[in-house]
Amino acid sequence: MFYREAGQFKTSYKADQALLPILQDRIGLAVILLTAFVLIPVFANDFFLTSIMIPFLVFALAAIGLNVLTGFCGQLSLGTGAFMGVGAYAAYKLTSIFPDANVILMVLLSGVFSAAIGAVFGLPSLRIKGLYLAVTTLAAQFFLEWCFIRIPWLYNYNASGAIEIPRREVFGVIVSGAEATPIARYFVVLSITAGIAYLMANVLRGRIGRSWMMIRDMDIAAELMGIRPLQTKLMAFAVSSFICGVAGAMMVFFWLNAAEPSSYSIRLSFQILFMVILGGLGSLAGSFLGAAFIWILPVILKFVPGLMGIDMAAETVEHATFMIVGALIIFFLIVEPHGFARLWQIGKQKLRVWPFPY
Amino acid sequence: MLYDIFIDPFVQMYEMPDFFLQVLWEGFVAGILYALIALGFVLIFKASGVFNFAQGIMVVFAGLTLVGLNENGVPAYLALLLTIAVMGVLAYGVERVVMRPLVNQPEIILLMATIGLTYFLIGFGEFVFGGEPKQMIAEQLGLPTGSTAFEMGERGLIILQHIDIAAAVIAVVMVAALGVFFNKTRIGRALRAVADDHQAALSVGISLNQIWAIVWFAAGLVALATGIMWGARSDVSFALEIVAFKALPVLILGGFTSIPGAIVGGLIIGFGEKIGELYWGGLVGGGIESWLAYIIALIFLLFRPQGLFGERIIERI
Repeated sequence: MFYREAGQFKTSYKADQALLPILQDRIGLAVILLTAFVLIPVFANDFFLTSIMIPFLVFALAAIGLNVLTGFCGQLSLGTGAFMGVGAYAAYKLTSIFPDANVILMVLLSGVFSAAIGAVFGLPSLRIKGLYLAVTTLAAQFFLEWCFIRIPWLYNYNASGAIEIPRREVFGVIVSGAEATPIARYFVVLSITAGIAYLMANVLRGRIGRSWMMIRDMDIAAELMGIRPLQTKLMAFAVSSFICGVAGAMMVFFWLNAAEPSSYSIRLSFQILFMVILGGLGSLAGSFLGAAFIWILPVILKFVPGLMGIDMAAETVEHATFMIVGALIIFFLIVEPHGFARLWQIGKQKLRVWPFPY
Repeated sequence: MLYDIFIDPFVQMYEMPDFFLQVLWEGFVAGILYALIALGFVLIFKASGVFNFAQGIMVVFAGLTLVGLNENGVPAYLALLLTIAVMGVLAYGVERVVMRPLVNQPEIILLMATIGLTYFLIGFGEFVFGGEPKQMIAEQLGLPTGSTAFEMGERGLIILQHIDIAAAVIAVVMVAALGVFFNKTRIGRALRAVADDHQAALSVGISLNQIWAIVWFAAGLVALATGIMWGARSDVSFALEIVAFKALPVLILGGFTSIPGAIVGGLIIGFGEKIGELYWGGLVGGGIESWLAYIIALIFLLFRPQGLFGERIIERI
């Protein structure tokens, strides 16, 4: 009823191949973009921007990165946190070597470094598959974490061992460093995330994305049909690490202002993996939904006891959050193993046939 | 530089054999403990194909329960029995709440469910017992403490902690017991049947649910033993969780399905990482223990993708 493509005729191949062929989808996307670019900046306060929207967008981008690798190419990775770290440290080094360059450019460029490192650690994927590969990506995680601690050049020989983001301006607006306003950071993060998401939406439905999905579904069959496993898998690793690297760089430049090696620990890898699994493997929209769930739920849980007038110690709340998040993850896996993206699909189908049950 | 890498460490090994043997012993003990954690993984993987990420946290949880009960005035042996009961309840609960609804899902979903379980157990453990490290009640449980020094003529001496020896003995006994259990008993055969083929096992009248509860309980017992041993060497705290990650390279080195593989893999990783850290670690600034295990496993895997003792992976279209 509300979501029906009947009557929407396409008269050219171009219209048929559009990213969103259905009118309602286009309206929906326009509403989302309008909310993100206009309504939220106008109405949201600084707290909402810095502690919910910016981290949400950063994590959503990282989840897209991991989704490319795990959801679309079928290569399970537990090294996401480290690849994000590579991006962060690369961006930090770049901006301290070229202080006058555009910092957004540097953040994007840092993805190239993490792509290169990701491709190197992707090499074993040719021989090692499935869960075995997951464990080998842990090698990347721990090795890179060690590098962040032991190579002082990476953090400019700081006494604290952490990277602190200097003040940088883009076109006269301060976007990074302690003085940057949340609104400026928000726009940068939103633009980069939206841009990369748009790019990936097109890559994934093209030749490259399809060859990734062939490798995922059955790599031997894909190989027999002329997909080169080496190039395809390595490209998935490189693209995924690129996106994760950009996300990691954004995380420290536009959100945290400072980062230690422990910011990019295995916990972060798991967090991103949760977002991808709960959001839905192989779905871009799912990456956003998963990131929203995993990031925003603990924030809400932190404030619920206060709102209900129960006075709880901060520690107790933290422990309870762990328990609830763990239990909810299991709950959602049982209820819908294909993630929120699948729920969205079901919802669309319901809207399509409404008011009839099927 | 080349001298430092290829010759100097061996010269050191020859010149200070007491130190070398001590390092070997340390590696042996660390390897045994890794192997114990890996053993819990293997048990569950063999019987249900679930990669149980929560094994590490089950170790901590078992240790914490034991110590926490003892702190609240329960005598040590009674606390041990109660902890076993708690692990039994946990096993049943996991089977009922997590595994049963997720039967026949892809392995990554099951893996994620066990990570969710990990989060839950971390929160629950800290909620009940508090987050600060606790002392393991080794003496009350009748475990030996103290150490013996062995003289090696004029070439120095080696110090062996009694608790380490106990750990090694317990590990050997446990592996032997599990071997008998898997091969000789009725339930053991049922376990192997389930591991082979869920549907076929069901059709000959083996209850999957019962088997899974049993296997999670067995893994819980292994976790308890590991928790006691590891807790006696350091503290019982959630920092152990990081150590539990080390069981993963051990696991892939040995192969997911092989109990001897877990032991051999544990020893290779234990030796490799201690020797690597002490003789080569200094060249790159130390601390390589945190990733050396993974690199060793990675190198082994490149030559044998199914692990040293894993079942051969046959791919069909």
